[in-house]
Amino acid sequence: MTPHETNKATQYTPYHPRWYRTRVSTYWWLRKWCYLKFVLRELSSIFVAYFVVITLLQIHSLSRGPEAYARFERLMRNPLMIALSAISLLFVLFHTITWFNLAPRAIAARFGGKRIPDILIAGSNYVAWLMISAAVAWFILR
Amino acid sequence: MAASASKKPVEPFVWTLFSAGGVVAALLMPVHILLFGLAFPLGWLPDLSHGRALALIDHPLEKIYLFVFCSLPLFHWAHRFRYTLYDGLQIKHLNEVITVFCYGGAIIGTALATYLLWSIP
Repeated sequence: MTPHETNKATQYTPYHPRWYRTRVSTYWWLRKWCYLKFVLRELSSIFVAYFVVITLLQIHSLSRGPEAYARFERLMRNPLMIALSAISLLFVLFHTITWFNLAPRAIAARFGGKRIPDILIAGSNYVAWLMISAAVAWFILR
Repeated sequence: MAASASKKPVEPFVWTLFSAGGVVAALLMPVHILLFGLAFPLGWLPDLSHGRALALIDHPLEKIYLFVFCSLPLFHWAHRFRYTLYDGLQIKHLNEVITVFCYGGAIIGTALATYLLWSIP
C-alpha cells in the first residue's frame, strides 16, 4: 500500500519510508583484490564439479571395457582437456588453501582453557592433506 | 537473503553437506586432478592399463571411497554455486530455478555415481 492510496483524513496512514538502495554494479567484485579473491574462491566450485563429472566419465568408461577406457584416456590427452585440467588444478588448490586457512576460525578449539593457535590447526590440516595425497598416489601407482 | 534462507529447516543440513564436501574436495581432489588430469595424459607416468584401473575399484571400500569422492563435492558445488549466482550475478528473481538446478544436479550426480559404481562387473 502506498501513502497516496490512503487519502482520507480519518484513515490511518502507515509510515512507509522509501527504500534507500544504491544500485550495485554487476562487476562489484572487480573493485578490490579481496572481493576478487572471494569470487575466485566461489568459482572454484565449478571446477570441483567439473572434475567429479570427469571421474564419473572415467568410472563409466572403465565399466564399458578396455576400448572405452582407451577412448577416455585419448580424450584426456586432448590439449583442450589438458588445459582444463591445469586450470581445474589451480582453482582446486586455491580452494584447498583458502579452506584450510579458514579452518582455525571455524573450529576455534580450546586446550587447557587456551585457544589452540591458528597456525597449529591450519598446519595440521596441511600435514593431513600431504599425507592423504601421498597415500592416494601410492595406492594408485603401487 | 541469507537471513531468510537460514530460517528453513533444511539449511543446516545443506550446509553440513557443503562443508563435508569442501573437506573432501580440499583433501582429495588436487592429487586426483594431478594424476588423472595431467600426469597420466601428459606421459609423466606410464598409463594405467584397463585391468589395473579396474582392479583399483574392485573392493567395496574403494567403491565407497569413489562414491564419497563424487557425491559430497557435488553438494559442495551446489551450495557455493547457488550463492555465487545470488551474489555475483544478482539474479535473485530466479531463486527457485537456481536452487532446483544446483541441488537437483548434485542429487542426479549422486544417483549416477551410485548406479555406475554398482554396475561395475
